[in-house]
Amino acid sequence: MPAPAAGTGPSRAVVDDGDVAGLGKARAMAFLAPALLLVSLFLVFPALWTLYLGLTNYRLSGSAAKNPQFVGVDNYINALSDDRFFNSLGLTLIFVFGSAVIGQSALGFAIAWTMTRVRKSVRAVVEFFVLLAWIIPSSVTTFLWYAMLDRSNGTLNAMLSTGNTAWLLDYPLQSIIVFNTWVGTAFSMLLFSSALASVPPSQLESARMVGAGAWAQFRDVVFPHIRGHVLTNTLLITLWTFNTFTPYLLTAGGPDDRSNILPIFIYRLALNDGALGQGSAISLIMIIINLVIATVYLRLLKERKA
Amino acid sequence: MTAVQGSTSTAGPESRQMLRHFLGLMGKSVFTALVLAFFVIPVLWLVFAPFDAHPGLNVKLPEFTFNNFKVLLDNPTAIASLGNSLILALGSMVVVLVLGSLASYSLSRVKIPGRDLLLYTLLLLSSIITGTAAMVPTFLLMVKLGLIDSQFGVILVLSGGILPTVIFILKDFMDSTPKSYEESARLYGAKPLRILWDVVIPLARPGLATIAVWAVVQVWGNFLVPYILLRSPSKSPAAVVMYTFYTEGGQPNLALISAFSLLFSIPVVAMYFFVNRRYGFRFHGGIKS
Repeated sequence: MPAPAAGTGPSRAVVDDGDVAGLGKARAMAFLAPALLLVSLFLVFPALWTLYLGLTNYRLSGSAAKNPQFVGVDNYINALSDDRFFNSLGLTLIFVFGSAVIGQSALGFAIAWTMTRVRKSVRAVVEFFVLLAWIIPSSVTTFLWYAMLDRSNGTLNAMLSTGNTAWLLDYPLQSIIVFNTWVGTAFSMLLFSSALASVPPSQLESARMVGAGAWAQFRDVVFPHIRGHVLTNTLLITLWTFNTFTPYLLTAGGPDDRSNILPIFIYRLALNDGALGQGSAISLIMIIINLVIATVYLRLLKERKA
Repeated sequence: MTAVQGSTSTAGPESRQMLRHFLGLMGKSVFTALVLAFFVIPVLWLVFAPFDAHPGLNVKLPEFTFNNFKVLLDNPTAIASLGNSLILALGSMVVVLVLGSLASYSLSRVKIPGRDLLLYTLLLLSSIITGTAAMVPTFLLMVKLGLIDSQFGVILVLSGGILPTVIFILKDFMDSTPKSYEESARLYGAKPLRILWDVVIPLARPGLATIAVWAVVQVWGNFLVPYILLRSPSKSPAAVVMYTFYTEGGQPNLALISAFSLLFSIPVVAMYFFVNRRYGFRFHGGIKS
């Protein structure tokens, strides 16, 4: 610590507003500015630009790349009359429902619930492996599942003696649903196990004393305590699953668009086929869906913090 | 843990309770076994194949060898890509830590008008404008800025995406650090930046460590952003380069891929468990997307 110097410090009137370091509004703004600049340029601006790009016929190459024309809402009309878009939207809904709502949420809860009633060592082992699936980089996990599901040498066929079933070709959507469940269950498990820890044991005890079965215990004692967590969890994992690009590494949206969820659809449309305007229009639809989910979530968060 | 709690009244309810207990035990054992099988079996490949003299796609006990790691070390692209991942991860970490702590500190200590609104708007934006939803405009923006095929560009995009969450979490940490030290530092004439560096940062170290690890984990495994924004394989990170390892026959080069996958996974797994043990951040770690 430097020696006491004739400084700027105490001369200013000290008002107890929490500003203990004497930062002052101007300097606070200066501290804030670089972060805001970065966020505005690389997060906010792209989103706003999507609004405009979606109204043009911008293309990656060719004449429309140099002189994009304003085409109004044509892209949206095209999207809304395009079977591929609705196919993709439908697949995305099944994917999100199957792997987030059912898969991760239900499996995560079941694991958290079961782990409260097994030995500590068992619990530690199970949690370790569930977490591992979540932490390993996605390029590696997709390769692990590619190996698992391979037609001629895959471990799954060997285990189930299902001959030469080409899982990724015959069941692409089911494959990415199982894959995404495998990757993401850890979050729900962690969230629910901390939620379950907050259920007072005495209440469970008395429920058991009066002879309540597992289901009754869950419905009448546990669920009221964790309702908020269930909602938080569902919203967050829905948002993440809706936006994941990782299944691209497993099926690339194929075969025949059968696992072409929205993020992959946008990528292929805009950056493979070069239809940047059309891709932007669909991006905006995606951002709006995200906005709906996130608004509900933030409202809940605010209520719980208040 | 439910111990045997069979009551010693009449035979009827007792045996029913025994049966129920037995079924419960069976149920949870079978379920635990299935869960373990589901989560362990795919990972076994990552444990065995890197040490197998003839790695295949199937899981099998290895004919032990370290040769696959030699193959890896002899492959300059593979080694360089791990270096690139490190550059992207550390670069983004530094950017978000510096900008994030400046921003969250000032937000924590000074009541700027509209502060709460700003925080929630930032958080909202970062959750709706995801890498996938904004890939087209981000790609075009980088083309216009001439930052395509630049690692610096990738760092900026990734940092911009995670910074709102960083600020949100760090502000919580800053709010909970005691303010009396800053007051005395100020009485001794220290300037705000000096106070931030010498007093606040050391106090907020657990929060900063959490954020640092979180940022590294986010960036280390990110595939989409570098995949879209980088062109030359020599600049691409491990997550992208991994999918280019094929043999001359067009088959995946399993010797290389297995050893590479292991080396690529170990740092994040180790960091995660280290920080988890040390600071117990089970929950903030939860924001991996």
